[in-house]
Amino acid sequence: MKAKTEKIPATVKPRPAAKPWQLRLYVVDETPKSVTALANLKRFCESHLKGLYRITVIDLLKQPQLAKGDQILAIPTVVRRLPKPMRTIIGNLSHLENLLVGLDLNRAA
Amino acid sequence: MITKSNGHLPEKSATQLPKCPTGIQGLDEITGGGLPRGRPTLVCGGAGCGKTLLAAEFLVRGAVQFDEPGVLMAFEETVKELTANVASLGFDLGGLARRKMIVIDYVHVERSEVQASGDYDLEGLFVRLGYAIDSIGAKRVVLDTLEVLFASLPNEAILRSELRRLFRWLKDKGVTAVITAERGRESLTRHGLEEYVSDCVILLDHRVNDQIATRHLRVVKYRGAMHGTNEFPFLIGEEGISVLPITSLSLNHKVSDERIATGIPRLDAMLGGKGFFRGSSILLTGTSGTGKTIVAANFAQAAARRGERVLYFSFEESPDQIIRNMHSIGLRLAPLVKRGLLRFHSARPSLYGLEMHLATMFREINTFKPHVVIIDPITSLMDSGTDSEGKGMVTRLIDHLKGGQVTSLFTSLTQGGHAPQQSESAMSSLMDAWVLLQDFEGNGERNRVLYVLKARGMAHSNQIREFLISDRGIDVVDAYIGVSGVLTGSARVAQGALEKAAVLAGQQEAAQLQREVERKRGALDRKINSLRADHKMEAMELRRIAEQVGTSTLMLTTERTASGILRQADAKSVVHPRARPRMEKENK
Repeated sequence: MKAKTEKIPATVKPRPAAKPWQLRLYVVDETPKSVTALANLKRFCESHLKGLYRITVIDLLKQPQLAKGDQILAIPTVVRRLPKPMRTIIGNLSHLENLLVGLDLNRAA
Repeated sequence: MITKSNGHLPEKSATQLPKCPTGIQGLDEITGGGLPRGRPTLVCGGAGCGKTLLAAEFLVRGAVQFDEPGVLMAFEETVKELTANVASLGFDLGGLARRKMIVIDYVHVERSEVQASGDYDLEGLFVRLGYAIDSIGAKRVVLDTLEVLFASLPNEAILRSELRRLFRWLKDKGVTAVITAERGRESLTRHGLEEYVSDCVILLDHRVNDQIATRHLRVVKYRGAMHGTNEFPFLIGEEGISVLPITSLSLNHKVSDERIATGIPRLDAMLGGKGFFRGSSILLTGTSGTGKTIVAANFAQAAARRGERVLYFSFEESPDQIIRNMHSIGLRLAPLVKRGLLRFHSARPSLYGLEMHLATMFREINTFKPHVVIIDPITSLMDSGTDSEGKGMVTRLIDHLKGGQVTSLFTSLTQGGHAPQQSESAMSSLMDAWVLLQDFEGNGERNRVLYVLKARGMAHSNQIREFLISDRGIDVVDAYIGVSGVLTGSARVAQGALEKAAVLAGQQEAAQLQREVERKRGALDRKINSLRADHKMEAMELRRIAEQVGTSTLMLTTERTASGILRQADAKSVVHPRARPRMEKENK
């Protein structure tokens, strides 16, 4: 799997002034777990952060050196780079409530 | 036993587990060559046991001595902290990292910053580790302390299965791994990691006994290999960890037939005339003030004068004090020190623990390479540990010294009144020779005696000798042993004088007798001479008378003849002269 950037068209921006969220999804290879995680993350963002987010998928199989930077141990891991502070959620993101807590959505408002 | 056919050769190599030398002093001896190569080893222990240091030393020595690069994955300390911590032991982690011999990866996981949502695995850790290993071709891996993960990641079930997978993966990678873990209350590790790491488990321990803390190391388990199972004290010194049975596991020292003089000729004479064996261990016991240090200093001086190097460990006196005191009995140690043949090492026993002392002594011994080592006294050193520790220490020290054919002399202070044999029995079995110094009190004075209690492998005197200290040094003289017991000091001198007087009296008597006999003999001779003279006189008288008689007869005859002629005598008178001479003849 390539590192790919999912950019959501800016047409559905609720608040043009707010900075977009930067999310990184670390995966290793295209395992069912990582596919699920990406799908879950996308679904979540579409419903809560439409137009306000950017997801970068990093495949550590191809870029193992990147694991160190964000202190990645568990796979899959989502790192919220922006807004600050940095937050980390691990798992396939199937548990929505935990994801909500983890990403601390209130900040988006 | 496996049959010896060639077909079984691979089996033999399979039983011989390949080892990965740690380079840590002593540990390789205990484990018979090192940790199991290509397998994970668990090092567990409580806080402050030296787990991280042991692991770090394993990596550093691997990189420096065995050319095996290593990866250190630290979960607790940052790279900076780690580098600083091990720099105190002379390990240059930074430099090794720059030379691509070591990679340090600090893994930071904070529970509060991590939110779990659903299923996960530790593939990220695998990737990181794999990447680090591949980047330098690492052969060794340290995970310090993996258990942090239990605190920082949720869902223990996942974690456990992932750790199991990790160890499997490490084995497949063929790296020799050291995993450190906290000691648990009931089990070896807090989270039961020993379940997963089953090849080799090393337990570290830090105990305080009588206010002295000692670290211990024990190989709990070593699958497929012989290993020392005891608890071995170890310490963290200036050059890293050293586990202390450096050569203790074997009893196969080379021995020497060479004998070395003690510096006290009479003592040599008591030891078959030649002194102790080179490389033997000698115990010198006595109560205080019996002259242990003096005998030891004599031994030291004698050895140094032969050109041998002598290392003198003093745990009671400073070097200057010993030199001054010994000077007063005519031992001149200062020039020997100046010539570098004699070296003193003084330290208070309570300065640090037994292991530290032992390590310091080993270091001194290894740098100075002495022929003779004197430890004065071993007892005060042993007091800084428990009995068994003390004995263990002496064993190790003797083993170490014997391995290098170093003659060792230990003085030992015994308590007055106690039976010395009892208190020293533990140590004495380790010693080849045992010389006892004792005090004898009596006649208002105190005298020293010396005897050889044992001397393995040589004929030795069984006699108690008196031991005199004067300003000319030591002299050993025969003590007087008689019906009234052993006499020493003035009593011995008095007894000697008494004996001398008796001998003198005897001599005088004999001379007297001799004179008497001489006199009698003279008298006899004189008597004989006078008798002989008497006899001679009588004989002479007799001859004189005979001559007189002859002459007178002749004269008579002549007269008669003449008168006959004158008177014209008849025939009768002619007959008479003939008859008379015949009568004369009979008289003669």
